Amino acid sequence: MSQSSGFSKALRTDAGKGLILISPTALFAILLLAAPLTSIVLLSFWTQNFLTIDRTFTLANYSEALTDPLYRSLMLRSVKISLSVTAVTVLLAFPIAYFVSFHVRPSRKSLWLFLITIPFWTSYLIRVFLWRVILAYDGPVNGTLIGLGVIDEPLSWILYNSNAVVITLAHAFAPFAILPIFVSLEKIDRSFLEAAQDLGETKLMTFFRVTLPLAVPGVLAAALIVMIPTVGDYVTPRLVGGSGGTMIANMIYAQIFDLNDRPMGATLAVGGMIIVGSIALALVLLTRRWTRARS
Amino acid sequence: MKDKTPPRPIITLEGVHKYYGDYHALRGIDAEIGEGEFFSLLGPSGCGKTTLLRAIAGFEDISSGRILLDGTDMEGVPPNRRPTNMVFQSYAIFPHLSVAENVGFGLRKAGMGNAEKARAVGEALEMVGLGGYGDRAAHALSGGQRQRVALARALILKPKVLLLDEPLSALDKKMREQMQSELRRLQRQVGITFILVTHDQEEALIMSDRIAVMFEGEIAQLAPPQELYRRPASRRVGEFIGMMNFLPATIMSEASGKLQVEVPGLGKAELERAQCPGPANPGPGEIGLRPESLTVLFDGQDAERVAPGKVEEVTYYGDMTYYDVRLEGAPNNVTVSMRNMPGRPVLARGEATKLAWDARAMVLFG
Repeated sequence: MSQSSGFSKALRTDAGKGLILISPTALFAILLLAAPLTSIVLLSFWTQNFLTIDRTFTLANYSEALTDPLYRSLMLRSVKISLSVTAVTVLLAFPIAYFVSFHVRPSRKSLWLFLITIPFWTSYLIRVFLWRVILAYDGPVNGTLIGLGVIDEPLSWILYNSNAVVITLAHAFAPFAILPIFVSLEKIDRSFLEAAQDLGETKLMTFFRVTLPLAVPGVLAAALIVMIPTVGDYVTPRLVGGSGGTMIANMIYAQIFDLNDRPMGATLAVGGMIIVGSIALALVLLTRRWTRARS
Repeated sequence: MKDKTPPRPIITLEGVHKYYGDYHALRGIDAEIGEGEFFSLLGPSGCGKTTLLRAIAGFEDISSGRILLDGTDMEGVPPNRRPTNMVFQSYAIFPHLSVAENVGFGLRKAGMGNAEKARAVGEALEMVGLGGYGDRAAHALSGGQRQRVALARALILKPKVLLLDEPLSALDKKMREQMQSELRRLQRQVGITFILVTHDQEEALIMSDRIAVMFEGEIAQLAPPQELYRRPASRRVGEFIGMMNFLPATIMSEASGKLQVEVPGLGKAELERAQCPGPANPGPGEIGLRPESLTVLFDGQDAERVAPGKVEEVTYYGDMTYYDVRLEGAPNNVTVSMRNMPGRPVLARGEATKLAWDARAMVLFG
């Protein structure tokens, strides 16, 4: 049997067909994800002297990243903002997902989901700018509150600081949190809720003993989907964060494009990835009790 | 076998109606279910049996009428405060909890210590034959085991009434038969009233003390199994429970409690008044006869009342043979079941035969 026919035979096996199916994506991922990632990791162990890269292996960047208080505080602030965004988004998304899943007629659910995605119809950048207008010193929020007599002078803590970043990001990521929570709530067999009530629990306790534990996979997915990208968000802190809301991504940008220190930028990027990865892993492990395989 | 009046009604249904918008799901249900009774609600899908069960459990509000549980009107009482527990059709075993946690779910407010709870859970699992399964994850159980967990979880709370919503329909035949006898044993052991919803007439006959046959939101007949089988209240009940032959008949006269009936193919018959559940006005009617109430006469056999006919179809089941026989002068076939015994031949299609019949086995629908 010739080699070519052996090859085409191999392509007809299940594994072969699977490889053919994923090869475009795999190629794409290797070119645009694995290769840049590898170069970032390599770069983080090198140094740059003005325009030339020194390719001798060194851990100097890492020791600087760990000891310099500026990097440390930016990283810490990024994680704090990201966790706040995650908490706010998930807490606000859960009631919405719950409402759509439990209180909207089945025929109307897709309409509701469609409406929830409306924020995506405009560009991310425009939405961030809109928040800058809404939260501005003389913007509608302050105007309304002053008009109602709730406050005497405009609030200054709602724009150009980390609060503004949290508000803006929470809004931007809301649909990403609502959808996975909605899906996990939809999957809950309604007879579980009836069984809990039949066994003597009130509706409130049924929620805490049955609905919430069964929704944990969706809540976890929502938390990860919101937390992972927000740690490294660059546009929002730049536009609404002011100096108090600057995050690690802004520093990475500054290192690479303003300070001509690409290795330091790469080191901070790798550090960010490690921290995000650890938090994500911790979240997954903490919720394992509720997310283990079930039929 | 005569109408066995239950000792004390634990559930009283008075004129229970339920509307879903324009749809009239329950049309005036009246019944009393006794303490310690195994009661079945039997009917085809959409007859309202599950709605009635859910109304008793408190998951459905009724539109009018009353449901009394142990003498108390259940109007406005939510499911968690009713002395009933339910075994759901899907079993509804909580997938995030272990077997023991599932069984002990309802004990949170029972005022038991942890050790006491653990003992109660262990006993409940023992009772349903799942001793030692407490630590298993709920999702690792088979269908039959889930059913047992659902039973233990409900019975551990010692309800006054256990409600079972088609609990056996998801099991395979062998498992179903095993669970049928086990449910019966369990019910006798705990002495609690069981209300079983089923569409399987055989299951209802096997398990129940009394059966309510429901059609279109109404109880068509409420009787013990034997009475239901022997004296169906209507042609529809007769058709639904087991197999029944129908032959047109003419009601000739009624005299001193006896009915004279002329049945083409069989001849004249004299029936007791009790054999006719409805009014027996002279004129056209119909008689019902179970397949085992007719007997094929083989060579040399004879009987008091004999009707000649021809075998139209033979269905061989191993232990039984079913013959479709066209009696001379009858407008339709009747089915006759015969046990296959040593030395007894199986007739062939087209053979002439004679059937022995007995007027005592007939039911007359006027």
